[in-house]
Formats: sequence, structure tokens, C-alpha cells
Amino acid sequence: MPVMTMLDALNDALHIAMEKDDDVVMLGEDIGKKGGVFGTTAGLHEKYGDMRVMDTPLSECGIIGAAVGMAVYGIRPVPEIQFQDFIFPGFDQIVSEMAKMRYRSGGQYTCPMVVRTPSGGGIRGGHYHSQSGEAYFAHTPGLRVIMPSTPREAKGLLLASIFSDDPVIFLEPKALYRHSKEEVEEGYFTVDMDTARVAREGKDLTIVTWGAMLPIVEGAAAEAAENGIDCEILDMRSMLPWDANTVIESVKKTSRCIAVQEAPRTCSFASEIAATVAEKCIDSLEAPVARVSGFDTPFPYTLEHIYKPDKKRVLGAIEYTANWE
Amino acid sequence: MTQATEMLQVMNASGKAKGKTPSGLKAEDLKAMFKAMLETRLLDQRGMNLQRQGRIGFYVPSFGQEASQIGAGYAMKDSDLLFPSYRVVSIALLRDVDLKVLFDQAWGNATDLCKGRQMPNHYAIKDIGWTSISSPIGTQISHAAGAARAMQIRGDKSAAWVWFGDGGTSSNDFHAGMNFAGVWKAPCIFMCENNHWAISVPQEMQTASQSFAAKAIAYGMRGVRVDGNDVLAVYEAAKEARARAEKGEGPTLIETVTFRMGPHSSSDDPKRYQDPALFEEWQKKDPIDRFREWLKGKRIWTKTWEEEITADMQARIAKAVEAAEGTPAPELETIFTDVYADVPRMLKEQHNELIEQIKKSGDIEDTSEAFPL
Repeated sequence: MPVMTMLDALNDALHIAMEKDDDVVMLGEDIGKKGGVFGTTAGLHEKYGDMRVMDTPLSECGIIGAAVGMAVYGIRPVPEIQFQDFIFPGFDQIVSEMAKMRYRSGGQYTCPMVVRTPSGGGIRGGHYHSQSGEAYFAHTPGLRVIMPSTPREAKGLLLASIFSDDPVIFLEPKALYRHSKEEVEEGYFTVDMDTARVAREGKDLTIVTWGAMLPIVEGAAAEAAENGIDCEILDMRSMLPWDANTVIESVKKTSRCIAVQEAPRTCSFASEIAATVAEKCIDSLEAPVARVSGFDTPFPYTLEHIYKPDKKRVLGAIEYTANWE
Repeated sequence: MTQATEMLQVMNASGKAKGKTPSGLKAEDLKAMFKAMLETRLLDQRGMNLQRQGRIGFYVPSFGQEASQIGAGYAMKDSDLLFPSYRVVSIALLRDVDLKVLFDQAWGNATDLCKGRQMPNHYAIKDIGWTSISSPIGTQISHAAGAARAMQIRGDKSAAWVWFGDGGTSSNDFHAGMNFAGVWKAPCIFMCENNHWAISVPQEMQTASQSFAAKAIAYGMRGVRVDGNDVLAVYEAAKEARARAEKGEGPTLIETVTFRMGPHSSSDDPKRYQDPALFEEWQKKDPIDRFREWLKGKRIWTKTWEEEITADMQARIAKAVEAAEGTPAPELETIFTDVYADVPRMLKEQHNELIEQIKKSGDIEDTSEAFPL
């Protein structure tokens, strides 16, 4: 089985999708000859040409709006927004058009498209190349909001997204693009978008996380295990629709819960986890639900490493929650 | 590109021939165009009355814009995809829509194709190539560019037609859609109905351009300005644009200079911002009256024929209204379906919570107020 980085795995998924279905097309800024600023679309333009791999004018609302029209016509566009921070000119198209097409037309029209975009910090890019905006999208019924956490997950979730008949916001944790490698199956396969993944089984405490926070949480859990605290880690995969059931079952077992995210805290997806656990697991809870997150500030440049939750902050929350009596 | 500022006409303001009659139009075509224009006027009159009677919640009339729409509609081909605004119901009539489809949507009832999820006039009718309408202005413009690009990718010979007003040219999506279609040389026809008003804001406050058609020049596409109350001039311009699209010569922006002879919607009162003299001036150029005069000149129109069309349309409207009004509201579950291809577990649970609540405390009271816009 080949060993891949997340970048390799995403690129592989795009090649497979274009090979599998002539209706899969890509559009975005610098995705053609350059192969994307991170190299995610490398080799696609060379293989499939201008008609299927389109470098577009520099307009995010145009990229997403045109992709909506393509999807309504019946093909499967996979637009790329160069950084998630640049998506907001296209936000109206995402919220008012892409997300609502099936509903508002009574199911006559669908909008099968995947907006791929690198998300989160880790490249010293300041707040315009580092934000984690998943909560904006998770508040929009009709969208699927996906964030993978490993190379294999990234490939399987991207293929599932491209061949889903729902519109998807696919947030790529850029900090993990070249972070590590793992074995990834060759060829076409999908990963279930509707079910959260148990990334580590444990009995003392549930940590709910997604995307780039996963390896940080795994590191903290390994260290906590040395101190006798056995953490269960849930990798959410999808933030809309989201798998509350797996979270609830886990917390009923462990009685303690922490949600870890890179995004700012207020009205975040971690807040949704905390609210749901409070509603559904009150009889099992033995400690308050904790949130480890970015701060309610813009994402800083020089002090990026302090803004982003690290192993120490996660460990602090683990100790606090595990020792609560 | 002088066409971008000059205004093309086939008939003058009183319906007398000015330019040559568009080639290829037979008497039956001219009659079909007149019939669709008249039917649109009758439909809109009924729609407004239904709203005034409190029987439907909202209505958007297209009074005065019938020629601007039907002229272009007649140049479309069956396989063409439409990206309409909420003010072009006439094209649906031209495409032989079942009137019940329109009134079901106005009532948002159980047989509405959109399942009661949108305000009146926000139709989606896939059978006639009519895509789904949204309220935010201009969003459909880039969709049309994208659909036209998809036609190129698939090698289809269709075209995408998109409708918007003078106000719509100020939107982000107008710029994006025009720019993308221009770069792609996509088979897309941009129909800008300059009806002089974006609700209460007049066209001169919308742009400092010489004309709306002139905007095409900056996007590297053909821009044409046409008398929008002259159905034959609109047809001529639209037919040429359609032919250019098919030949791979790229998109066209057509500005039809017309006038919104009614309110923005049933919730609006133009007396608050419009000089009555301006309305009277345009009333003299009513597109239906002009075309009737032109047809009289060709000895195609008769009073009996118009009376027959009117009686037939009114009877068909009455029948459709009765059926739509007598149809109950959509089932409760339609709140939760079509959000995704399949209903996810979280929505099934929310649906069940709602059912349990209603079982306990009875039906939920409707407390919505009248729509202000």
C-alpha cells in the first residue's frame, strides 16, 4: 500500500475523480499549470486540459457562482478557494444559492459541488491565511461541512464528497498537508461522512476534535496515558450534518468531555458539542464540559503558536476535567 | 460598438413600422407573441387582485415589460436553460406552463413544485428549463455563466439566458458573471431589463455609464441597446445573440429599455417616489398597445380574436386558482426533506421533537405579519 502525505492523498483523490467521471471539473485561481499554491491540483491540467481544469478570473464569488450554475446544469464542479480566508466574497453564493438549491426548488434541482479550501493556521500566514471558519458554514442548513484529519481520511472523504449529491464545504487542514504520512489504499474508496471516527478508544474521558487538532490531541492523550488517564478521541469528520450519537454514546461511557478546536470559542462548533453533551448526557456527567480553542481575537501573525491550542493546553484541560470531583 | 448606446427599434411609439420586420416571423408567430403578452398582463392583474383580496401573501407583476420579455423568449430554443429573475413569468407562459403550477406556487400548497418553501413568484419549473429563483439580486447571473460553460464542456449546443434589472447590474455577481462569460466566450445571453427602477431607486442613481449595454464593452462582449417596449426589436436583438452563442462567438448583453408600469411588488406604492407624469409618459408607450397597433397595420389583429384570448385566459386562470386555493398546505415533514439528498439523523430527531410537541400542546398558531418589501 502506498504511503502518502495528506497533500499526496488529496491529489490522488482528484486524479481518481476526474478519471472516473468526465463530469468532474475543477476551477479556481492558480490551479491549472501551477497546480495550486500548495500543489494539491498538480498534474491535473496537464492531463485534462483547459476545459476541465480551469484557471479563472480572480473572483471568489464568481468561482462559486459559476460552479453553482455548472452543478445546476448537471456536472460536478470542484472549485478551489485558495485560502478559506478568501471565501467570504463567495459567502452569499454559498449560503443563499449552493446550500438552498435542492430545498427551495422542492428537490427539482440539486447542487452537487465541493468547495475545497485550505483552512487553519500553521504556515505563519497571518489572519488572512490562517482562520478556521467551520462554524460559519455549520450554521447553514443544506451544506455538508467536512474536515479530514489524516491522509487516508482526506482521500476517502474527498471522494465521498465529490460523488455526493449534496453541496460540500471541504476544509483542508493546511497544517497537516505535509505533517505526516500514512498508508492509503490505491484507487477509489470512500469514507463515511455521516459517522464520527473513534481515533483512540479510552474509558476515562472523551475528547472531541477534528482537522489539524487531531495530532495535537493524540500527543496529549499519549502523555495523559502515562499519568494513568485513558482518553477516548473522536474525530468528527463532519460538522454538518454531525454525528451527535457517537459523541453522546462516548460521553455516557466516560462521563467527562472536552472539545478541542483551533477556531475562536464563541458560537463555535465546540460550543455545539458542549451544549449537546449538556442536554443529552446530564445524568452521566461527572465534570463540566471543557472547551479548548483559539481565542475570540483575530488570528495573530508573530504569536500564532500561542494562539493555537497546543499539547500543553490540551493536557491542562485533560487534567482539570479528569480530576474534577 | 455604437449599438451599446443607440436604441434599436422596429416600430415607433405608436406602433408604426420604423425598421424592417424581423425576418422569419410568420403571422402565426406574431399572433403567438401578442397572445403571450396579453396573457401575461391578465395573469399579473389576477395575481395582484388575489393579493389585494388577501388570498395570496405576495405578488410581483411585470406590467409594462411584456415586450421586453416575450421578444427574447421567442428567440429561445427549447433546450436553452433559463436563469430568471422574479419578474419574468411571461417566459413560463411562452413555454406552455400549466397555470396550476404557477398558482400552486403562489399559495405554497401541497402540490406546489417547490413544496411551499418560497414566496410567490420564486418559481422553479424544471420541466420547462426554468431554474430556481432567489431573492438576493443578481446571484443568478454567475450561475448562467457557469451553466453556459458547462454546455461548452459537454459540447451541447444550448444557451443559457439570464434575466435581471437595471439594479442587478450593480451586484457583485453581475460583474463576476459577465467577466467569466466574456473570458470563456460562453453561450450566455444577459438580458438586462432596464425598467428604470430598483424598487424606489431610479436608474440614473444606479450607474454613471452612458447606458447599461455599454457595460458589455469592458467585458469584451457584444452590448446591444434595444427599445424594450418594441417586441419585434427585442426579438431581433435576441435572435442575433442566440445565433452568435451557437456559432461560438460568445455572450451578449442586451439592455431592453422599458418601464415598470406597476409597483415593485404588491407591498410597494410607487406614488411615494415616482413622478406621475413619468408614468403617464410611459403609459403612452404601453408595449401591448403598440404591438396591437402594429398588428392592426398588418391586418393580423381583430377585436374578436383578442376577446377570445382574454376570455380563454380568464377561464383558465379561474380554474387554476380554484384548484390551487382548494389544495391544503404541504405536510409538516416537508420542512425537513430536500435539505440533503437523504434526511440525516439530526433532522429526523428534530422532526420527531416537533411531532411530540404538537401531540402534547396541539397545532401551532400562525402569527406571521404582512411582508413589507
